[in-house]
Amino acid sequence: MDVGAYYLIQILNGVQYGFLLFLVASGLTLVFGIMGIVNLAHGAFYMIGAYLAFWLDAVTGNFFLALALGVPISVLLGLVVERIGFTHLYRRDHLYQVLFTFGLILVLGEVRSILWGNDVHGVDVPPLLSGSITLTDTQVYPVYRLFVSLACVVMAVALGGVIRYTRLGMMIRASASNREMVQVLGLDVNRLFMVVFGLGVGLAAFAGMIASPVNSLHPSMGDEILIVSFVVVVIGGVGSIVGAFWAAMLIGLADTFGAVFLPEAAGVVVYALMAMVLVWRPRGLFAG
Amino acid sequence: MPETILETRDLSRRFGGLRAVSAVSLAFERGVVHAILGPNGAGKTTLINMLSGDLPPTDGKILFEGADVTGLPVHVRARRGIGRSYQKTNILPELTCLENCWLGAQARLPGWLNMVRPARRYRDVQARAERALGLCGLEARAGTQAATLSHGEMRQLEIGMMLATEPRLLLLDEPLAGMGVEESWRVIDLLKTLARDHTLILIEHDMDAVFSIAQRITVMVNGCELETGTPEQIRTSVAVRDAYLGEELAA
Amino acid sequence: MSHRSPLLPLLFALVCIGIALYPLVGDAFYVRLAAKIVVLGILAMSLDLLVGFAGLVSMGHAAFSGAAAYVVAALINKAGVTDLPTLLAASLATAGVTALAIGWISVRTSGIYLIMITLALGQMVFFFFHDVSFWGGADGVNLDAKPVLAIAGIELIDLSDRTVFYYVALACLVGTFVLLSVVLQSPFGQVLRGVRINEGRTRALGHDVQRYKLAAFVLAGLIAGLAGFLEVARSGFVSPAHLGWHESATVLIVVILGGMGTLVGPVIGAFALVFLEDWAAELTDHWKLIVGLFVIAVVLFLPNGLVGPLARSGGREGLGKALARLWNAPARLFGRTPAKRRDDLPQESAGDA
Repeated sequence: MDVGAYYLIQILNGVQYGFLLFLVASGLTLVFGIMGIVNLAHGAFYMIGAYLAFWLDAVTGNFFLALALGVPISVLLGLVVERIGFTHLYRRDHLYQVLFTFGLILVLGEVRSILWGNDVHGVDVPPLLSGSITLTDTQVYPVYRLFVSLACVVMAVALGGVIRYTRLGMMIRASASNREMVQVLGLDVNRLFMVVFGLGVGLAAFAGMIASPVNSLHPSMGDEILIVSFVVVVIGGVGSIVGAFWAAMLIGLADTFGAVFLPEAAGVVVYALMAMVLVWRPRGLFAG
Repeated sequence: MPETILETRDLSRRFGGLRAVSAVSLAFERGVVHAILGPNGAGKTTLINMLSGDLPPTDGKILFEGADVTGLPVHVRARRGIGRSYQKTNILPELTCLENCWLGAQARLPGWLNMVRPARRYRDVQARAERALGLCGLEARAGTQAATLSHGEMRQLEIGMMLATEPRLLLLDEPLAGMGVEESWRVIDLLKTLARDHTLILIEHDMDAVFSIAQRITVMVNGCELETGTPEQIRTSVAVRDAYLGEELAA
Repeated sequence: MSHRSPLLPLLFALVCIGIALYPLVGDAFYVRLAAKIVVLGILAMSLDLLVGFAGLVSMGHAAFSGAAAYVVAALINKAGVTDLPTLLAASLATAGVTALAIGWISVRTSGIYLIMITLALGQMVFFFFHDVSFWGGADGVNLDAKPVLAIAGIELIDLSDRTVFYYVALACLVGTFVLLSVVLQSPFGQVLRGVRINEGRTRALGHDVQRYKLAAFVLAGLIAGLAGFLEVARSGFVSPAHLGWHESATVLIVVILGGMGTLVGPVIGAFALVFLEDWAAELTDHWKLIVGLFVIAVVLFLPNGLVGPLARSGGREGLGKALARLWNAPARLFGRTPAKRRDDLPQESAGDA
């Protein structure tokens, strides 16, 4: 076994996981930074995305078509929830937002259980991307994982472009630094919130979809990604997209190598890392 | 020989590229009402925040009664005898006036894990809180919820809470902010009473008030000390007139 | 309150007698359910100390009780200890130390950071018991025996007896209630209230609020440890789910449901939630759907909990007024009037800028 190639694979896996985490965490941190909402149900949208990919892939027989259909469906679902529920919570204490979104997790989880059952499912890698790259005689790396990383990079760049260069991005930056400013500028806060929330849900659902051929689909997948995303957001600094990116990379690699070196306590590594960062910087690495 | 109660040495504070306060060295004498004047943005509130411990300085030292307190957090300074009131009313609106003062009075209790005896049985705390409430003129409002007070009364409570901690040095950030004429005079009378046995450092925009109670005045401009002297010296100072008072008089 | 109706203490006494005598007349199933309510009530009360009284929203509370339960299970199954005082002491120590560690990292922040950090640190404890095989793995462990208090070979308290357990748990509930009402009325409690309303000003008045917050965490953790001990003794079973964040969120729901910032609220909340779950679980396999919708409804329509609207109807005539007085009395005695929502307050209360 080639040790170098083995570690290369671990690094690639860690980075790919990091990218995925970034997509989920950036939505979480955006929604908090701009709307002031703590959305525990963010992971549930990731899960819904994955199950939609599973279902639509089976129905249409085309993974990419499933992606194209699934993202708008999730966003629509997110917007309905935003209109019905979140609009009442913007001015309320975080405590109530937390509990509301917890209730939402229970509801979405049961809806998933009714529609798709509680079994573990898998999604096939689309044939176009099912190949592998040979690294050494014994070590190969699946093309699909590279595709996941690439797709995340494209999304991240697109997100950065939107925030930096568009009018919407200007509004996002303005309200992230000063929430009252948007009102002062006479911008439509309601619509901004809808767009941001939809964007967050879209990112989470997209991440769930493209991750579905790599990871299996199981009922607690939303919770798992949610908590790790929280860790990413806390380490990066709540509200900071840049912080979310570096923290996601850190956690992606720490989790992957934690599983390699400390298999017995793999789950704890990420949290121990977070605790250490917090002792050093209580508001995260990139807090304003 | 006047005794210095508080002293700053080259005290500075930067916010990014902005120098809010730069190298201010002042000595405040015990028992003296010392006002700090200056146009908006002169760094007065930043200075007070550094004196109270709400804001750490970027450079320089603060000595209180001869001891270096620069690195001490706000609650330790409060216990050492530095009390402060805020420009923006900063009270506990859900509680009654007496309870607000109580919280200050309680800071004088030795120890902190007082978990057994009911708070109302601490007679000394009760006495301190009532005394503070009486001093700030809210005796009749002891049982009133603070949120329902008038603006002027809230400002009085603001001072009362500080007094309940029995400070020797009072830092007052615009105690007259937003008050009507009559309310103002009530508070000015209160400040005069307090001046008998406390040291006062005062930021205030109301010139009449400042010149009627201050014994020393420091004028700040752009984060720097422009001049310090008696009200008479400040009134006749050319530099001050040019930099600040002229502006005010012309307006 | 000179005009207080004599009906009130009478009613209160009747309810108390009813609760105390219930196991002697009640159906076995409901006695078990009542015991569950009592234990959950203790846990929720301890969380209310943080959330309702000190304004510290902790999302990792189940980690304290769960860790205590695991240590009890390990001592019984692996070391054969069944001595009640030893097990209880071990529970309290475990939960207290866990709360000290989590609190030490958490109390330096507040608001949203505190929620996220306690959530994440609680999950760290979860994964510790979930991943490390010594503790029994993902499926949890059953107790081989139950805690027993015996002096000179004579069994005084055997917690495997349903009725005995109920009374022990009830005594613990009353004890917790008394302990917390004493603490909350003390100067310590006054500072915690100050922290909740205006942390910055409380600090400026000379109180080391960090230290108070940490002490509140440890105290709440100790009581949670007691609840964890009782829970594992009650059910004879502990699994990682007992310390997961869903459990923490559920306890938080219990606190809100009953009415936070009161000591009776969490018990009423426990009562309501246990019965709701029991009813929903009989109705459908997807009972969590009902619970979820209920939680959403509570947040949107009952932000002050069940105690809230009753206390608020104080101005109305007749039954409403009587009920309001009934609920107001304990609320006033043991905490703030719960009718006040945080965002009803003037802007100044928003805390340190």
